[in-house]
Amino acid sequence: MDNATVVERLRQVLPDAIQKTNEFRGVVSIFVGPEAIVDVAAFLRDDPDLSYNFLENLCGVDYLGRDPRFEVVYHLQSHKNRHRVCLKVGLPERNPAVPTLTGLWATANWQERETFDMFGIAFSGHPGLQRILMPDDWEGYPQRKDVPLGGEEVAFTFNQDQIYAHKPFAKE
Amino acid sequence: MTTLTAPRITKTPYTVPSPQEIIRPAMEGKQDTMVLNMGPHHPSTHGVLRLVVELDGETVVNVAPDIGFLHTGIEKTMESKTYQKAVVLTDRTDYLAPLSNNLSYVMAVEQLLDCVVPERAQTARVLLTELQRIASHLVWLGTHALDLAAMSVFLYAFREREQILDIFELVSGARLMTSYFRVGGLAYDLPDDFVPTVAAFLDIMPGRADEYENLLTGNPIWLERTVGVGAIDTEAAISYGISGPMLRATGLAWDLRKDMPYCGYENYDFAIPTAKNGDIYDRYLVRMAEIRESVKICKQALQRLQDLGPGPWTTTDRKISPPPKTEITHSMESLIHHFKLWTEGFKPPIGDAMSAIESPRGQLSTYVVSDGSPKPYRVHIRAPSFINLQALPHMAKGRLVADLVALIASMDPVLGEVDR
Amino acid sequence: MGLEEKAGDMGIVTTSLEYVVNWGRTNAMWPLLFGLACCAIEMMSSQAANYDLSRFGMEINRASPRQADLIIVAGRVSRKMAPVIRRLYDQMSDPKWVIAMGDCASCAGVFNNYAIVQGVDEIVPVDVYVAGCPPRPEALIDGIIQLHEKVRRMKLNGEFKPLEKRERIHV
Repeated sequence: MDNATVVERLRQVLPDAIQKTNEFRGVVSIFVGPEAIVDVAAFLRDDPDLSYNFLENLCGVDYLGRDPRFEVVYHLQSHKNRHRVCLKVGLPERNPAVPTLTGLWATANWQERETFDMFGIAFSGHPGLQRILMPDDWEGYPQRKDVPLGGEEVAFTFNQDQIYAHKPFAKE
Repeated sequence: MTTLTAPRITKTPYTVPSPQEIIRPAMEGKQDTMVLNMGPHHPSTHGVLRLVVELDGETVVNVAPDIGFLHTGIEKTMESKTYQKAVVLTDRTDYLAPLSNNLSYVMAVEQLLDCVVPERAQTARVLLTELQRIASHLVWLGTHALDLAAMSVFLYAFREREQILDIFELVSGARLMTSYFRVGGLAYDLPDDFVPTVAAFLDIMPGRADEYENLLTGNPIWLERTVGVGAIDTEAAISYGISGPMLRATGLAWDLRKDMPYCGYENYDFAIPTAKNGDIYDRYLVRMAEIRESVKICKQALQRLQDLGPGPWTTTDRKISPPPKTEITHSMESLIHHFKLWTEGFKPPIGDAMSAIESPRGQLSTYVVSDGSPKPYRVHIRAPSFINLQALPHMAKGRLVADLVALIASMDPVLGEVDR
Repeated sequence: MGLEEKAGDMGIVTTSLEYVVNWGRTNAMWPLLFGLACCAIEMMSSQAANYDLSRFGMEINRASPRQADLIIVAGRVSRKMAPVIRRLYDQMSDPKWVIAMGDCASCAGVFNNYAIVQGVDEIVPVDVYVAGCPPRPEALIDGIIQLHEKVRRMKLNGEFKPLEKRERIHV
């Protein structure tokens, strides 16, 4: 199986779904719209020749200052053909939302929850879209690029007294 | 030409419950079942895993893992470091197999850079990650047996693990957090007494594996607790994204070392152990067989290292890997390279790369996005423990609480990797 | 020519109550069975055969905080985990001690970020800090011995007699 065949097959079956394709270091990235992602993924999974039966990875990327700002990246793997394709869905800055893939793969469940937790990307139709890694009462989405890394100022000899004066040391 | 139509979407029947699904009915007064919290401080959860268990008597009706108690922000922190410095953070995700994490990350960056790694480094990588696999499986074996109340296996397994850690200490100076694989090759050359030390260990290891099997494989208590417990079939396993020994225990011989080889694994002669029932006992058999196969690979790799003889252990591209210290003293160019690398770092071209390796727990992939700056724009680690843990409710439903303990141990989750 | 000479024959030894109590506390100090991250693996190593922590009366880990004297915070403490650790600490009975094992527990180490508590001393009072990422089993054992030394200097009213300058620690 090579990258061109996959794109070709997909173009035949779902001609409107592919926005563009891009190949880098041997892996083809297929950009699709959020409305088409379930169809494309289902076709890649169910087509007997392609048979991308394994959702290897699902994650979000925040391209701050670019339109569309968010991108959800799916890596599908075929056990039969020993091949990998990458699907990418661009999402706008306001109310980013994409249909869930939990109907196709159970493994999408936690990966989508993690993406929601870290980037605030909503997955419509997800059975339990809650925070998974951060505490439930956490505000904001930590892996967005406009959220600072956090932590505290590093203490050196010259400023450690100032820092330790404010540090909330525990009492008995 | 006939136009093809997209097939009707078949829905997967497999689901993953969330903790709220169990807690909410109980809060609203559901009386017929009991909700029990297991963890995050619990002796048998292998870290800070919290399980919300719905019980009918002693039978598990439903269970939902609640994770995130060890969320470390590793992915975001890596974005603030240069490519070389981020290697240090990968050690701390799956702390039972730091070298596998190093390898997955540096392979992704090497893919971005399109960099060629010398043969000696590739062989050392294979050898050390296989030793790491043995060490990781030994911890799994020890704690798994401990959870099922077999204390002595733990002491035996840690005895051999210490020997492997001594080897890691020999090559990198650290027992656990080695950071030995760097972008382009290794951090430094293998020491002189590396070959005899590893050879001595490889000689004793198969005998020691027999010792563990004597204690467990035919042990009636062990069989009673493991055979037929927590079985999962291949179809469900793939839907849950399970990989590694858990997938191979269901009968599918999917191993990236054979199927999508990296680091020259295609040149080694080894088998992929599989089983067919996918229960706890089969996972045990698969991992024990993997220990033996890893010893075989290590022996071949050691022979290769000796055949290759001394040579470069890192790429000669000075834009990626720093020049040796001896060159810096008399070559202006080397000094510049050294200065540029450690103050600024290298800049891979704009793009993204995905590397996948077979870690002791399964398919460990790292997705790295470069925006052309010396720092990774985005790093995502596809952690096998995180993905595998989702299948716990599917396997635990209808079993007893005691089986749940055995089940967690057999999945071998590392919470550092689950939460990252 | 003291009391000991006569009383010794009767099987009686005289010493201070403090000494006996602290002797008992140091020689059977039970840690809580509690590991967080990487350091917990080294803690397991130090309890296994090669390093054998039971030489110091610490072979038994208690799973319940009610039965534990010592909590070894082995690893990084996330914001989500922090309330749990405080609760475990509150559930332990007095006297109780805390060892912050490793850089993460001591000062968050390499993880100066949003998710990690910058040192477990923000949550619970710490008696001994053990440096290292992760500390070797020897380092943990050394930390435990330092803690024993501290406990030996406790008075019955809970006061602590600090070390005098240049005084050697007898181990």
